[in-house]
Amino acid sequence: MSTPTTNTTADQAYTKPARRSVWDFVRQQPLGSIGIIMIVIMMLAAIFAQQVSPYNPEDVDFEASPAFGGGAPSIAHLLGADAFGRDILSRLIHGARTALSIGFLSALFGCSIGAIIGTSSAFFGGKIDLLVQRFIDLMLSFPIIILAIIVIAIFPKTVVAGIDINVIIAIAIPFIPKTARVIRSQALAVVTLPYVDAARANGFSSRRIIFRHILPNVTAPFLIMMTALIGQAILLEASLSYLGLGVVEPTPSWGLMLSGVNADYYRTAPWMIIYPGLAVSIAVFSFNLFGDSLRDWLDPKLKL
Amino acid sequence: MSNIDDKNVLLDVKNLNVEFKLKNGTVRAVDNISFQVGKGEFLAIVGESGCGKSVTALSLMRLLPRIADISADHIKFDGVDISKVTESEMRKLRGRRISMIFQEPMTSLNPVLTIGDQLTEPLLTHLEMSEKEANARTIELLGMVGIPEPEKRLTQYPHQFSGGMRQRVMIAIGLACEPDLIIADEPTTALDVTIQAQILELLKDISSRLGVAVIMITHNLGVVAAYADRVNVMYAARIVEQGDANQIFEKPSHPYTIGLLRSVPRMDKPRGGRLATIDGLPPNLMSPPVGCRFKPRCPLAGDACDNVPVLETQHGKEDHLAACFFTDKASKDGSTIYLAETSTHSSAEINKENPLLVVDGLEQYFSVSFRSGWLSNTSGTVKAVDGVSFEVYPGQTVGLVGESGCGKTSVGRAILHLNKATGGKMQFNDVDLNSNSVALVRQDMQVIFQDPFSSLNPRMTIGEILEEPLKVHNIVLDPQEREEKISDLLLKVGLYPYMRERYPHELSGGQRQRVGIARALSMEPKLIICDEPVSALDVSVQAQIINLLEDLQRELGIAYLFIAHDLAVVKHISHKVIVMYLGKIMEFGEGDDLYSNPRHPYTRALMDAAPIPDPQIERNRVKIVLKGELPSPLNPPKGCVFSSRCNFVTDACRAEMPQLQECGNEHQAACIKLDELENA
Repeated sequence: MSTPTTNTTADQAYTKPARRSVWDFVRQQPLGSIGIIMIVIMMLAAIFAQQVSPYNPEDVDFEASPAFGGGAPSIAHLLGADAFGRDILSRLIHGARTALSIGFLSALFGCSIGAIIGTSSAFFGGKIDLLVQRFIDLMLSFPIIILAIIVIAIFPKTVVAGIDINVIIAIAIPFIPKTARVIRSQALAVVTLPYVDAARANGFSSRRIIFRHILPNVTAPFLIMMTALIGQAILLEASLSYLGLGVVEPTPSWGLMLSGVNADYYRTAPWMIIYPGLAVSIAVFSFNLFGDSLRDWLDPKLKL
Repeated sequence: MSNIDDKNVLLDVKNLNVEFKLKNGTVRAVDNISFQVGKGEFLAIVGESGCGKSVTALSLMRLLPRIADISADHIKFDGVDISKVTESEMRKLRGRRISMIFQEPMTSLNPVLTIGDQLTEPLLTHLEMSEKEANARTIELLGMVGIPEPEKRLTQYPHQFSGGMRQRVMIAIGLACEPDLIIADEPTTALDVTIQAQILELLKDISSRLGVAVIMITHNLGVVAAYADRVNVMYAARIVEQGDANQIFEKPSHPYTIGLLRSVPRMDKPRGGRLATIDGLPPNLMSPPVGCRFKPRCPLAGDACDNVPVLETQHGKEDHLAACFFTDKASKDGSTIYLAETSTHSSAEINKENPLLVVDGLEQYFSVSFRSGWLSNTSGTVKAVDGVSFEVYPGQTVGLVGESGCGKTSVGRAILHLNKATGGKMQFNDVDLNSNSVALVRQDMQVIFQDPFSSLNPRMTIGEILEEPLKVHNIVLDPQEREEKISDLLLKVGLYPYMRERYPHELSGGQRQRVGIARALSMEPKLIICDEPVSALDVSVQAQIINLLEDLQRELGIAYLFIAHDLAVVKHISHKVIVMYLGKIMEFGEGDDLYSNPRHPYTRALMDAAPIPDPQIERNRVKIVLKGELPSPLNPPKGCVFSSRCNFVTDACRAEMPQLQECGNEHQAACIKLDELENA
């Protein structure tokens, strides 16, 4: 029996790493921590919207409408009021509900399915890969509105906890081919690595190889895609309201606040566009910060 | 300190130090080294990876990252102290008077510029030649480094060149401005032995013909035996032995040098004995051992070694220095200080009744197609493996050698069913292998890969990697027992059980290769296919892994199919050796028989190309030097596939591919001129 190789100094100094705590994340990933804190604040605001918002978001106060020369940010309306004289801050707080739930869930759902399709396509290769790729080309060529109509036509309206599941599906579906493309290219590189061959030589099932050996090694592009698509999802949600999908006036939503009649006021009442826009940017920025840190945190090579 | 005349000294380095300031401390990568290079001299810097060889070279060129702090009493290049000159003066020196050749020819050329563009660039910038002059010079240079039809190749891109050809182009670029010094950093490590011999021969030839000095960095002492005039052996940032090459090979005085020399398997000696290994790894330079840095790994270490040894002259020769307190003992008992050498090789009788693996007429064809015009595709067939048959018996090691591209890896992959073979039959343990039945024998047939850096999933700990097969195949059901089994496996391959918590990137290359072996062992296989398992490792680690594989075979009776391009390694480990060329078997036979009496001209040429770490023998060998490179497998030569490179080729050879024929006891070769060549 061979004896263990001589201890190097590094070996002797090695101690089993302790389980990493939340505090370690805060210390090693300060930017990511800021991101997650902002996300949590937005989530709390969304959950306790009734309690924290100064007005009912649907209350109309024509005196404060820019149409009558009012509505600029003031003590009464901190972020101003919209065309109907509704308080923008209150509408932002209530709108966080749909923004976060639909933005996050559809990005997560779409990217996950896209990642699985992308890695599987790369792993199986050959004809399967070819067919999947052509199908993805097909999906990419459809405008999102058409896809959304198909979704509405197929699925009955289902509302869970105040969120329309159809909206999430309709937004998630166009994300699938986008992610599948990006993830596939990364997975193609991973598939040729010897540890995947080793897993095959060990007789592991394809499912196991895809989920255990390939997917964890494409986390980086997955998280980048996902955080980038959250912002898109928030804006897409607004465009779906044309179809009676998603949120319809007068229910508050960030996307709606940035579109339709509100956009006509940008010269006289810029706050109507600036603050919802800022809200979307901050949300996307927070998810990006958090996503980047999560990527580094999950990578064993970058562990401190 | 040495006997180079002051007039002839080209480079004089005195007390060079290089420090890297990192977040958690300072690493002194080069520690107070001094050496000289004479005009037109060939200096080799040898040592394991992480010993500071490359840093030394890069610091001379001042090509290190900003965090490096270089200091020296002086670095005199042709009388000018280049450690003091400004960056812009240094830039005029680089490429003009000192040029560099890197290890990886695949990535050191720019893929989007033509070879011509890359060659003329230094001529236009440094020598301010006109476009026309530069072109003429470029063609001359390509011819000088042995590239056929240089005019045509000027407009080609790097991907149209093979690895060996690219390294020639790199040398041509290095030579472009007629420098006084070429620094070559592991220039042949990525190449086949045959190509390696050609490249080294070229470097040596150019150095003596044009009077260019060469500093060559390598981890393999054997490679430099035939070429180097002087040798610097570096260990843990210091020079431990230095001097005339003949002196050092004849009477190595530092135990480290002796270890490096002993751990290379020798092709000119009969098979036997374990390889001598230097245990362990070079120290972490963040906190190097006190006193002699080789102490923890040295078989001679004593109390005196707590002090730092200085370089002293050896054997009364002014041109031979070594830094060790026990040089007398070391040079006297050189062959025995690494005890492993003496232990005998157990060669248990191999039962030749029931073959474990039978490969019969294996064919692996790949069809390739590429666009040849707007709408037309040209397709062709690459016969990666073309009718290969052999058997592996339980407990036997069968070596498979050949240059890269000869199909040896394809054989391994086809047996493992990682690629689906296009023809032929395989039997494992009396089970006919096909894509359905392979699942039944997966556990008995395992694989070890070449690259220890990519053969382990970076997201899994060592424990998880080893546990997975046990769990998935329900080999060990109880989690507690599984833990114990993992500890056993780790100990068996020479690692510590606590290492299971680590991720692959926290281990060294050799340690990872051990994990790869442990993973293969976890299924208790009968056959392990080893695909170049040691070619990515340092020689000392290579010896450790080879010994480990042999120990495991003796203990567990595993059979190996050992695929490698290094003939000496294959000879050392294999009972039977198969030589492949362009998908076909050229010769096979019992190891010692084949090496002492090679019959096929290809086998001879391969053996002649592999260096022997002894300058006396190496310089006096009569060699068959193989011309050119492996032909394109898309368009193999007519008749005998080897005919395009064979020195004994006749018209009859080009007519038909010869069959394997008996030429001794269990010895076959595929050549029509076996009888003629026997006495040649």
